[in-house]
Formats: sequence, C-alpha cells, structure tokens
Amino acid sequence: MSRYWNEYQKAIADDHYFYERSCIRQTFFPGSEAAFLKILREELGKDICDNPHQHTCTGIGYHSDVVPFETTMTVVARLFSLMKECGHKNYVPSCVTSFGVFTEVMAKWKENPALKEQARQYLWEACKREFEVPENVAHPSDIIYKFRFDLKPKMRFQLVNRFTGKPLRVVEHIGCHYAKIFPEQGVGNAEFPYVLAGMIEAWGGEVIDYPERRHCCGFGFRQYLVQENRGYSIANTKKKFESMEPYEPDFILTNCPGCSMFLDKWQYTIAEMEHKTFDQHGYGIPVLTYEELTGLLLGYDPWSLGLQLHQVQVERLLDKIGIAYNPREKYTGVDGKMLGMPSKPECLMV
Amino acid sequence: MGYLIDYLKQDVRFEESLKACMNCGMCTAVCPAAEFYEYDPRRICDAVQRGDDDTLERLLKEDTIWYCGQCMSCKTRCPRGNVPGELISVLRRASQELGYFHQSEKGEQQKQLMKTLQGNILEIGYCVYPDRVDPDYHPEQGPVWQWYHRNIAAVAPKLGANYHGQGAGALRDIPQEDLDEVRRIFEVTGGMELKKKVCDE
Repeated sequence: MSRYWNEYQKAIADDHYFYERSCIRQTFFPGSEAAFLKILREELGKDICDNPHQHTCTGIGYHSDVVPFETTMTVVARLFSLMKECGHKNYVPSCVTSFGVFTEVMAKWKENPALKEQARQYLWEACKREFEVPENVAHPSDIIYKFRFDLKPKMRFQLVNRFTGKPLRVVEHIGCHYAKIFPEQGVGNAEFPYVLAGMIEAWGGEVIDYPERRHCCGFGFRQYLVQENRGYSIANTKKKFESMEPYEPDFILTNCPGCSMFLDKWQYTIAEMEHKTFDQHGYGIPVLTYEELTGLLLGYDPWSLGLQLHQVQVERLLDKIGIAYNPREKYTGVDGKMLGMPSKPECLMV
Repeated sequence: MGYLIDYLKQDVRFEESLKACMNCGMCTAVCPAAEFYEYDPRRICDAVQRGDDDTLERLLKEDTIWYCGQCMSCKTRCPRGNVPGELISVLRRASQELGYFHQSEKGEQQKQLMKTLQGNILEIGYCVYPDRVDPDYHPEQGPVWQWYHRNIAAVAPKLGANYHGQGAGALRDIPQEDLDEVRRIFEVTGGMELKKKVCDE
C-alpha cells in the first residue's frame, strides 16, 4: 500500500522559501496571507522572503486569453529572477492559478529547452535580468500539510464538535489548477486529493468524500469576469453545493483563493435568487481557507484572520469548535473604532 | 491541410495540446462548460485534427471556442494525453490575431476583458485589486463586500495588509520601477501587440 501511495506524494522543500502573493487571495483574504507568514516564521521557525518587488504572474489574464504565453513565461522569469536575487531556490506561490502557471511554464521549458532560452533573451532584452529555475515549487498548503503534525501540539483547538464530542464533518475542494494540469505536482494527485484532507484528519476532523468533490468551483475566468457569462459560474458552483448538501458538512475547506470566494459568495447569491441554502438552518455552509483554519486552531483571533469578510457567517462553526470571540470587535477598524454593520441579506441568515 | 492549421502550429503550445485524438469523448463527459453550454470539446479536437481550412475558419468565428472555462479537467482525463483546454487557448489566440473574434458575440467580449485585465496588470501590477471590484458591478459579492469596500482603509491593516503602502505586504502599491519592467516585458513579448489587435480593430 505504501509503495503505491508513494506515487501520490511530491517533494516539498523544508525551509528557505520565496513567497509570491496572490492577486485574488490578497484582495479577498488578506488575513490569510498574513497568517501563513506568521505560522511559518513564528510557529515553525522557517525562513520565508516576502519581496516588495513582486507582482502578478498574469495567470488570470493568461487563462482569459488576453496575455500571450510568451509574455506570461517572461513575467514568470522575472519573478524567478527576484527569487534568485534573494538567494532562494524554493518558490511558493500563494494562488492555485499561479501554481498552475508556474508548473506549466517549467514543464514547457523542460520539454522545449529552446523556449527557456527564448525566455532568457526576452527577460534580458526587457529588464536586463537573469533567472534560475526553482529547485522546488510548492503551494503554501503543501507546506502546512508537510508540517501538520508539527503544528498539532501547538494547537489550542481540534476539529471536534464540543457539544457532541464527534469529529467535525468537512468537505474540501483543492481547486482545479492544483493537480488537474500536472497531477504529479499535487499531494494525492488529482484522483486522491489529500493536501487538505491530510490537515483535516491530522487535526481531528472527518473528511466527507462527496460525489462532486473534484468538480470545478465554477470560476471559469472569462465565464465569471464578464458579467453576462456569470450563469456558467454560479451553475457549476450550485452543482457542488447540491452534491455536498446531503452530507450536512460543518464547513468547506478550500485550497484556492478564487474557489474560497466563489463557494462563499455564490451561497449568498443563490439564497437571494432562489431562497435556497444548503444547510438545515438557513445560514449556509461556512467556508474557510486552510490558513484561516490553521490560524483558528492555533488560537489566532478570528477577526485578525479576516473571518468578518466572509458572507456566510462563521460564528456557529466557532461555537462548535469552542473558539471564543468578541462580537463587538467584528466590525471594527485597526484603531478599534466601530465601522457600522454590513446590511442584512434578505434570505441568507446572518 | 491548409493555411490555418499551419498558423495554429506556430503556437508553441499546439503540439502538446493535440497529439492524436481518438474521439472517445472523455473530455466532453467531464467538462463543466459542456454541462452549461452547447459545447463539445471532442468535436473541436476532431475539427482541428482534420485541418480543413473552411472548418477551422468557421470555428474561429463562432461562439463555441469561447465557452471553455479553462478548468483543465480534460487534461487529467484524456487517455491520449491531449489538452483540449489548451487547444482552446491556441484557437482563441489565433481568432484574436486574425480578427475573427469580432464575428461572434462571445469573442467580442475579449475587448472588454483585454482593457480590464491588461489595464490592471500594467497600471497597478495586479490582475485583481479590491478598489477595482466595484460592488455596483458585482452585486453577487453581497453586503459584506460592500462593507469591506467602504471601510478597507480601516480594516486592511487589522488583517496585516499594507493597503496602498510602500514596501512588502498584501495590497501594497507596486513600485513604478517594477511596473515599468512588466510593461517592457509586454512590449517585447507580444502582449501589447495582441492588445492593439483586439482593441484597435
């Protein structure tokens, strides 16, 4: 068994990482990026570089077909040159789309060395820069997965329902570009997704293997970005909700920032459009990023992690885990001043 | 074989995206776009494989090639190692470069996408940034997004972000010298040229 399972493992560097921020994660979940860096530096004692000169990988533009491949690979080459300047060899892109872009570019360079030379020439002509290909590319969730048992003793909470004593029931979604493009780059491959499942099991929860676990979250790039096309996006997300609903999950755990946002926000939209929620009480199914989950179990404050930015409210989940929170601090700014409340949806309960 | 198939083959991604399709239809079975639209990636692979100029020209002018959501589920499942989603990207590029995209409603949407996304990348260095996710154009984001959008300057620092700040951190302003280098990459590698073709025609 272990021999076969080895085929579904990937190499994940131990230390000395170059972090690349995600356009979508920092837009919708900035607290998750801060939490990841804090966990690595303060809980695990790792070295991770957050370079101020980094920028988008162009991934959303590339998959919306407004950025040619040659441009994307040269932008990637510039990011690799920043890593080289920092003296690092292990690249950690915060976004699953970026992760897919980097693995695609590196695979193409491997298949076609002339293309890598072309990228060198383009980068030199445009920026007078040189780059080196990383020795290791890992998604941040890979790193949390790798050190999940090191983090466990530091955790104040477990994924156990304190009212029933039973493991919390969790559905997970790893995001298409994590392992569908290059399955060997994902823990557990595209067939046996384990990067999030490994965290859930290690920290006391139960993973629910629902039928549409591997279905797309519905982003579809141009299918969401163009307003007229959004029916595609919400219809595909709804298919996932309908598939997970009978299992009554306590929450959804996500790998990709885009998926996290869609699985959260489309629950609101579906509730307002069709008066339908996918839990029994009308509140919806809470959605957490893996950084938020790790931070919560380590005892970080929910409102510093950014859980107030979720449309599906998380308090009922926090109550089940036994995490204390101050409701009066939820909608305050950095100076502690109350900023007013978001308006209430008509159908989705908050 | 004709002019258009030779044109498609100039794209460095073409060879890996379509090696030899046996028309099994696995890609269509697993495709989220095929569930939502009248869309069949198997037929597209078949059409490209035949290489007939008239068929390809029709394809490049139709809505069909714009239905794919680029999830790449087809890549995982194809028993022959083809990548229909990548082939779509090759076709979309050709459709834009040859000016055929104007002839379909979905293709014409590239103008808007090009202006928005390339605009974001070149002006601020991000594909997406909260200031540019306007709640009026994104009602699906809901009231919490409206609240955050209104109060971001006070909330972002509480979450450890460096909103419009200098130096490292989430949501920082990217230095002009870095934006200049990204722009230069777009000029040298054909990114600007593609935008010109799509937006100026």
